[in-house]
Amino acid sequence: MSREIVFENVSKFYGEVLGVNRVNLSIPPGITGLVGPNGSGKTTLMNLMTGLIRPSRGAIRILGIPPDRPEALFHHVGYCTQFDSFPKGMTGYQLLYSFLRVHARPHAEANRLAWAALERVSLTEAAHKKIAAYSKGMRQRVKLAHALCHDPQVMILDEPLNGLDPMARAETLALFTELGAAGRHVIVSSHILHEVDRISDQVVLLSNGYVVAEGQIRGVRSEVKEHPMQILIRCNRPSELASRLFLEDHVVEARIHNDGQGMLVRTRDADSFYLILNRLVLETGLEVETVAPADEDVHSVYEYLVGGEGENR
Amino acid sequence: MSADEIKRLPWSLWWTQVLAIMRLELRKSFFSRRSWWIYLLACLPALLTTGHSLIMWSKGDWNHAIGFDSNVFGYVFLFGYVRLGIYFGCVILFSNLFRGEMLARTLHYYLLAPVRRDVLAVGKFLSSLAAAVLLFTASVVLSYVTLFMHFGRHFEEFLLRGGGLEQLGWYVAATALACLGYGSVFLLMGLLFRNPMLPAAIVMVWEGINAFLPPLLKKISIIFYLKSLCPVPVTESGGLAFLAMETDPAPAWLAIAGLLALAAATLAYAGVYARRIEISYAE
Ligand SMILES: Nc1ncnc2c1ncn2[C@@H]1O[C@H](COP(=O)(O)OP(=O)(O)OP(=O)(O)O)[C@@H](O)[C@H]1O
Ligand SMILES: [Mg+2]
Repeated sequence: MSREIVFENVSKFYGEVLGVNRVNLSIPPGITGLVGPNGSGKTTLMNLMTGLIRPSRGAIRILGIPPDRPEALFHHVGYCTQFDSFPKGMTGYQLLYSFLRVHARPHAEANRLAWAALERVSLTEAAHKKIAAYSKGMRQRVKLAHALCHDPQVMILDEPLNGLDPMARAETLALFTELGAAGRHVIVSSHILHEVDRISDQVVLLSNGYVVAEGQIRGVRSEVKEHPMQILIRCNRPSELASRLFLEDHVVEARIHNDGQGMLVRTRDADSFYLILNRLVLETGLEVETVAPADEDVHSVYEYLVGGEGENR
Repeated sequence: MSADEIKRLPWSLWWTQVLAIMRLELRKSFFSRRSWWIYLLACLPALLTTGHSLIMWSKGDWNHAIGFDSNVFGYVFLFGYVRLGIYFGCVILFSNLFRGEMLARTLHYYLLAPVRRDVLAVGKFLSSLAAAVLLFTASVVLSYVTLFMHFGRHFEEFLLRGGGLEQLGWYVAATALACLGYGSVFLLMGLLFRNPMLPAAIVMVWEGINAFLPPLLKKISIIFYLKSLCPVPVTESGGLAFLAMETDPAPAWLAIAGLLALAAATLAYAGVYARRIEISYAE
């Protein structure tokens, strides 16, 4: 059996709306942070992994199992969804117990596993209360218990820290660390990078349906820093500008546009670049029509995700 | 697939899972807010027949014969049960099995378990079927008894020695088969359509014009076989009788086999289709 979760060129469109596009991933065991702003496609990726939706293109394998075979998949996979709805009238205990019975576990085993899971998320006292009467944090915890009650190898957890108080949050993170260290796949989504980066073995950054960076968190940070930024400039004397820019060592490339009315600059230090550009305009009377970042994705997403704190960490 | 391979499939696992699903679903079939409509639909004809007996008693009317009331029951069965109670009962019970859980945003509870989607469909189907068959056969027996009860000892005679019990047996069998047939059709409709009310209306019209269809088309329906199973013939074309195409009813064995085959084919298709369900809890 394969040890990885593999996405091969996976795209998902909801009619005209893009869910995710051309995703290629190979996720090894350990904790993986799936991070991106609202609407970036985190839930879409997770629903694809669990077969709740089918890809428009591409193929997915979870430990070698295609997601459209639930009867095989869910022996190894548990999913804590973002949906905040539960079958009517159930208590926390019933939710887990009945779920395990549908797995065809015998009564005694289902009972034991249900209690073990409730204990893991510190919900034993509320076990026989109706879920409808649970607080947001308790609902979050019973969903977590639901995802891990059958002791799966792969746990897919969509914003599991949402609505948890600091205490519960710390406990939950400790639980993830423990599971990750035990060689499980723990995939945790969040729209706040530093919520998960400390515990993650690797992170996947998502933006507008695209994977914009992936790898170990340190790698992603430097990838963002060192990834040269492209800037498009429309101006009247691009060759003069280019020769001046080549004197700067943060400029990797300056390519003059075919029509002689603009150029593309790749730089590792956008701030210095803008300073020079301003100076040239003042000193040489360069006429600049437009200046636009050509690919700000990784940068802007990263800035957004770390909330501006990323630089000094 | 060879017989041997079929034997080796994990039947006992599937059965265990079906039972686990039924434990959850039966509660919904009998005690959800929707089930009150089923109870109402099941009670209505019995109320009518009880009313009939009470009126006859109070009037002391002995003019009409048991044979007449036995014809009347044919109409009660066709219009009160097959066309109304069982039909709409099945619409409510079966077409919401998947659609209702989509609306309530609870379907993922099942879809995240290691259970084949077709096994899930069977579990859900059997739960609703159990509820429908239990309620409607009980109601049919109740209506039958209450319609004739004003005959007193004569009814007892008719029931035990005049073929009444056999008649009732056929009605009960037809009821169960009606639940099976309509149930499978509406389970499929609930899977195929966002709003199953429209196809339910179309099926109703199709079943309604059955009497006016040429013989071949007649046979693509449920009502044709159910009518063939009714122990007393009922003509339902009324004033439009001249338009009706009379067709000999199918022999009982054929009607039963036909209904079973139709239900099996519909269920098989529903099972295949269930594998393709995607969760799209509309925002
Ligand atoms: N059922 C759907 N129908 C149409 N569009 C959808 C559907 N589900 C998601 N989308 C779209 O797909 C994109 C990705 O959505 P997704 O829910 O995966 O994002 P997300 O990262 O989970 O966001 P959030 O942080 O808000 O949970 C969004 O543009 C969203 O509008
Ligand atoms: Mg989401």
